[in-house]
Amino acid sequence: MTRAISWLRKSYGDDVLGLLAFLCVVIVGFSLATPRFLTFANFDSMAFQLPVLGLLTLAMLAPIISGGLNLAIIYTANMSGLTLAWILNINGGVEAGPAAFALGVVAALAVGTFAGLVMGLIVAYVGAHPILVSLAMMIFLRGLGEFLTRGGDISGFPEYLRPIGHGVFLGIPVPMLLFLAVALIWHVLLRRARHGFAVYMIGSNIAATTYSGVHSRRTLTLIYTLSGFICALAGILMLTRFNSVRVGHGEALLLVTVLACFLGGVDPFGGFGRVVPVVIALFILQVLSSGLNLLGANQHLSTAVWGLFLIAVMVIRYLVANQRIFGKGKGT
Amino acid sequence: MREETAVGIGAPPAISLKHVSKTFGGVHALDDVSFEIAQGEVHCLAGENGCGKSTLIKIITGVYQPDAGLVAEYFGESVASMTPNDARRRGIAVIWQDLALFPEMTVAENIAFETLVGGRPRLFSFGKIRAIAQKALASLEVEIDLEERLGRLPIAQRQIVAIARALVSDARLIFMDEPTASLTQSETNALLAVVRRLSARGVSVVFVSHRLAEVLDIATRVTVLRDGKLVGVYPTEGMTQSRLTELMTGTRFDTAVAARDTANNAPVLEVRGLTRRGEFSDIGFVLREGEVLGLTGLIGAGRTELGHTLFGMTRPDAGTIALDGRVLHLKSNRDAVEAGIAYVSEDRLALGLVQPQSIADNLVLPVLGKISNRAGLISRAARDDLVRHWLTELAIKIGHPSDPVATLSGGNQQRVVLAKWLATEPKVLILDSPTVGVDVGARAGIFRIVRKLAESGLAILMISDEVPEVYFNADRILHMAAGRIVGEYDPRKFELPDLEAAVYG
Repeated sequence: MTRAISWLRKSYGDDVLGLLAFLCVVIVGFSLATPRFLTFANFDSMAFQLPVLGLLTLAMLAPIISGGLNLAIIYTANMSGLTLAWILNINGGVEAGPAAFALGVVAALAVGTFAGLVMGLIVAYVGAHPILVSLAMMIFLRGLGEFLTRGGDISGFPEYLRPIGHGVFLGIPVPMLLFLAVALIWHVLLRRARHGFAVYMIGSNIAATTYSGVHSRRTLTLIYTLSGFICALAGILMLTRFNSVRVGHGEALLLVTVLACFLGGVDPFGGFGRVVPVVIALFILQVLSSGLNLLGANQHLSTAVWGLFLIAVMVIRYLVANQRIFGKGKGT
Repeated sequence: MREETAVGIGAPPAISLKHVSKTFGGVHALDDVSFEIAQGEVHCLAGENGCGKSTLIKIITGVYQPDAGLVAEYFGESVASMTPNDARRRGIAVIWQDLALFPEMTVAENIAFETLVGGRPRLFSFGKIRAIAQKALASLEVEIDLEERLGRLPIAQRQIVAIARALVSDARLIFMDEPTASLTQSETNALLAVVRRLSARGVSVVFVSHRLAEVLDIATRVTVLRDGKLVGVYPTEGMTQSRLTELMTGTRFDTAVAARDTANNAPVLEVRGLTRRGEFSDIGFVLREGEVLGLTGLIGAGRTELGHTLFGMTRPDAGTIALDGRVLHLKSNRDAVEAGIAYVSEDRLALGLVQPQSIADNLVLPVLGKISNRAGLISRAARDDLVRHWLTELAIKIGHPSDPVATLSGGNQQRVVLAKWLATEPKVLILDSPTVGVDVGARAGIFRIVRKLAESGLAILMISDEVPEVYFNADRILHMAAGRIVGEYDPRKFELPDLEAAVYG
């Protein structure tokens, strides 16, 4: 146990330990508060709920590390879901065959990836601020989507899609597997791959990174493109989870993804942030929300608790950081 | 000892401190230092980073309290303790290197700032602000557009604004921390002229500067600190740069010309008719194996712009760059790096290093290809090996490679920059102002590395606006003015003053 802790500490720092400790505290707390928390049904439902928010958070994470933001994640996901729904619909809706589904998935991924690519190109080569670029993209996609759907739902999909959103494989919900797989790939890409390495450097100082012979613009474009791709995955998952697509679905998650990133210790000014603590932060948010729900609290109250939680974490981080500075001052 | 000043003999000193000591956690930042400045005197406070200069200034301005209490006279008045407010009221102002101005506000607002805030809340008139600012600038005999946003001014003018602001609050003693660090020679001259005017009006100025030439030029006396101890107070009359360096560092440095004959070495970089409209034209030179070629000239001569083009950051309009006899068509600086050209930027803070990131990560940034496998994944072992190798090679003294590079001193940071470029195994190394913001002692270390690299066969183009730097360290010197190469000098055949006269005009 102590070995595991020291390994975690060495690889991820005290922040991850703190978040894990907090996760334990909330789990124990809710378990004591209600017998319904520590049940298979509850964990099962959490494992089905988390992945959509999780994927969207991963899509938000890399742009933030690169010193930007992607405000268009929700509508990119919606637009991708819409593409898949449309292709399924013109191929018979409930009757649509697997080939139509495969085509639809490819088209959906292409749409999400393309939206990301366009944002990436503009951010990297025009030099416009990512907030403005992704805001414009968000509004464009929303308007386009509402125009195409006239604000309504599209539903009626083949039965065989159910397992993707509701199935269980090896005892783990399929959406959770998808999320964990993407998180792992994202982790390796950011921490071990050349492009990922460059993302951190770009986030801290893009000019100095470019001076060092790194193709910063290419990397930046790639990051937004991959962000769009993950949004598309989230869009497809949302379609299978809710068995319907509506533009604006999941709108409230946008700022929650930003919240999850900051809880996970991502630097809002770019350059620092890791997948692992962000994933832990997501679990904390999910536990808080499910636990409060079981206690019979209003959904809005759990949102309020999330906000308080972020404030508390910021204050604790400040105190820890300062204590460390004072500690060092005494030592030397 | 009394100096002749505008105020005249017999006036009490502006400041006199006796036997000041200050320890931080057992470390002597200042150890029994006495310090005195006459009214109207231009005094220099010299010493390497960490010698106690800032601590002394902070004690005088009341930020720190000395260990055994303060024994001091401020303008003839005995003082036993000091607070920042008290120091300001007594007319003591500090202009730190970062200036502490407001880039979003206008020049006039910046100058009149202290009359705007403080005291009871009240309305203020823009007319009054303008009048205050106008008066302050006029007294310095400079003209700056009062309505311009400060952030749009060059650093030299912001420096003047900071001085004007100090004058508005009736400063009688101004500390200036590295005021000329990022100024060109002509801007420096203008600033020195302002300092002389202040001195003539009886305002004392204490200069903290790394640039010894101007220190000797402007100050009447220099106080040298080393490791928190007072080395001595010396008149600048008859003092030389090399003597002052010795006093500051406690070691002797060769200031002999290091030039060697490299005319028969194989050419490495051949530049012909290189032109970029509006920046430089018809540049031609040959850089040989093992040669240190100095490129000097005033800022604005096109030196850095030429460096950028050689490094593939900008495209030339005409002319060719050839490396080992092969003409290069550089589309980006990545192409240049791969061809074997490395470029150490003059702006280490903004362009040379990614300051918040770690030493190790900065070091491997240009050579990610070397430490990753075919799938593009970085090998940690390869990275650590590379980092360890270069930290040892260049004797970089650091806590841990995972510390942010910003925690290093200027000299060690510059070594990290050198290391990261040497890791690319270049054939040509372009050094743009390699000692900006580097301590005198650490400078010698940098030049020793440069010399060693040249001896191992690396071709080095050393750009600098400090003529002595190229004079003592280059094998051959090119003089650039208004975008053209206007002269070539062999340091062994020319005296330094002649070269300085040619460059500074």
